[in-house]
Amino acid sequence: MKKIDRRFFLKAMGVTAATLAVGIDRSDAGTDIKTGEISELKGILYDSVKCKGCYGCEFDCAWQHGLAEPGEVDDTIIRKTDETRRTVINLYQTSKGPVYVKRQCMNCNDPACGSACLTQAMHKTIDGPVIWRENRCMGCRYCMISCPYDMPKFEYHSTNPKIQKCDLCYDLQQEGEEPACAYNCPNGALLFGTRRELIAEANKRILENPADYYPHIFGEHEAGGSSWMYLSPVPFEELGFNTKIQNISYPSLTKGFISSIAPVDIFLPAVLLGIYEATKKDKTTQNTKEG
Amino acid sequence: MTNSTGQPLFLDNKEGKTLKFLLSELKPKGKIFTPFNVISIPIIIVGIIIMYIRFTQGIGSVTNLSQEVPWGLWIGFDVVTGVAFAGGAYVLVFMVYILNLEKYRPIVRVTVLNGFLAYLFYSAALLLDLGRPLKIINVIIGNDYGMSSVLFLVGWHFLLYMLALLLEFSPAIAEWLNARKARKFLSGMTLAAVIFGITLSALHQSGIGALFLMAIDKIHPLWYNAYMPIMFVVSSVFGGISVVIIEGSISSKVFDYQTDKNHNRQHSGIMHGLAKICAVTMFVYFFMQIIIFVHEQNYAYIFSPMGYWFLVEMLGFVLLPMVMFFISYRTYNITLVKIAGVLSIIGIVLNRMNISIIAFQWEAAVRYVPTWQEFVVTLTIIFIEIWVLRWVITRMPVLRKSPDWVKDEH
Repeated sequence: MKKIDRRFFLKAMGVTAATLAVGIDRSDAGTDIKTGEISELKGILYDSVKCKGCYGCEFDCAWQHGLAEPGEVDDTIIRKTDETRRTVINLYQTSKGPVYVKRQCMNCNDPACGSACLTQAMHKTIDGPVIWRENRCMGCRYCMISCPYDMPKFEYHSTNPKIQKCDLCYDLQQEGEEPACAYNCPNGALLFGTRRELIAEANKRILENPADYYPHIFGEHEAGGSSWMYLSPVPFEELGFNTKIQNISYPSLTKGFISSIAPVDIFLPAVLLGIYEATKKDKTTQNTKEG
Repeated sequence: MTNSTGQPLFLDNKEGKTLKFLLSELKPKGKIFTPFNVISIPIIIVGIIIMYIRFTQGIGSVTNLSQEVPWGLWIGFDVVTGVAFAGGAYVLVFMVYILNLEKYRPIVRVTVLNGFLAYLFYSAALLLDLGRPLKIINVIIGNDYGMSSVLFLVGWHFLLYMLALLLEFSPAIAEWLNARKARKFLSGMTLAAVIFGITLSALHQSGIGALFLMAIDKIHPLWYNAYMPIMFVVSSVFGGISVVIIEGSISSKVFDYQTDKNHNRQHSGIMHGLAKICAVTMFVYFFMQIIIFVHEQNYAYIFSPMGYWFLVEMLGFVLLPMVMFFISYRTYNITLVKIAGVLSIIGIVLNRMNISIIAFQWEAAVRYVPTWQEFVVTLTIIFIEIWVLRWVITRMPVLRKSPDWVKDEH
């Protein structure tokens, strides 16, 4: 009897150790950014009141990232970004007349894609851009499932597909330069700076020209805030913005689940071993009675 | 000592003999032109051609996946639904190895084998769907783990669970090879594998539901809720057991020469017990769905096409089979158990497909409809899995009794 007990004890130890090995170290490892640093992240303020719809940024973006030049644009059609273009300018007929709107990846402060990515290929850098790292990505497209803006675009017709999305010209920023679209915009509709500066500037514009601006900065709080922020003359739903986007950081939706993994990994084997022991003892007593 | 095919064999013997045995076992047994073979072989050939095109011309060349709907049939059915179907394995090993319910022991091996093959082939389907499949090595070797990723958790629990299932099944392989020492060693690890496996199952079954938590704006509110992880575990219990019921009744017909006379009587007893498990777990599931429906105040959505579709799933494929399971348990009606099993399997397919495909981006202008190639590849994977399953069952002691020497060991 004693011998069996010892063997069982060792088995139990083994199970527990193996389970603990899986269970540990699942602490948050999403971004390296602390709350205080968010206001110092680099971003771009896009002012659709100032945008004249020259489509220059579409060209600058394509040249900068080695993508095909945009062809003739039919401004009656609302286009979306895809694997061939990281940004598009669309024309909307609104209550205040025609308004141009630039769309691209928002580069969220706490990006859903970054927390979804199981290889950290999608990564929020401490400078602001959310970058995609080719040597890590396995092409599972979970970032696309998670992104509230549907912005990561996948090259479905490639045998070695990439994810295409705005990365705030991370390469240029590393060399100390501005993103291509902001640098080249002839109308001053794209302003590059830290979030702190941009929010201050946006509030100033709204305050000084209450007639021209709708009093809301899209991207200040949406999806937990983002590096790209928008000013508009009209409510944002008139410009095709998804109004269902919530003012929460999307990774927080899975935090509860992620943090319950380790406790379950430790608790459940213990319970199972307990039940096993209980039912097994029942069986032996029965057997002795029968025998 | 002889094995089932009549040749004497000891694994410890000369290499040549073992090799000869393995080669002889590779040969097909039984008729070649069965209806199943005639249907499955052409589909498998076409499927392999499509897979070749997928790897030479990209995923977009054979699928209808889009930038808005990045996961289609290959993930939504093969992986998300398939994992729920394989849930029977962890429920049965819990009953047999943890609760010591000897009644269910005759079907535990075939269920574990089914579970293992399902996982093996669904991860193959996953590889097909990965754009850059070779990079999956990053997840395994730890090239910067994405610790905050639900998919990372699911992937690792998936992988380790496959190992646990293989360990649980390994005594059967050892018996087939007449490897006595190996069998003793492997069956000694069963309890560890079982406890480890149940824990891994609970977490990756719920993890599949948690995958969609961030798609809060994309999934129809009738299907999206914060409790999806728990609902996925609960539904994997009766979903998995329903598959065991249907699969069990099919294989007991197809492989009846493998089983002894006692089997049929035993089998109805098992079915009857499984029906009860399904009935109560479905009751819990249905009750939880009602609570969620009331709590999330979803009344407003019910009078719309998506609302009617939700009612079809909940009333037709959860409530109805639940009632049928209860009645069949009371009246000992095994035919009714099987009908209810089929309905609840359809219910699981509907639920998983609704969350991952049908109610996903339900407002999109262009809806995702799988291409015929996607269907053929899915069928190919299922057919190859059945081929392997059949190969194993006809050779290893899965349904039939273990060789006599196993008893002596105890």
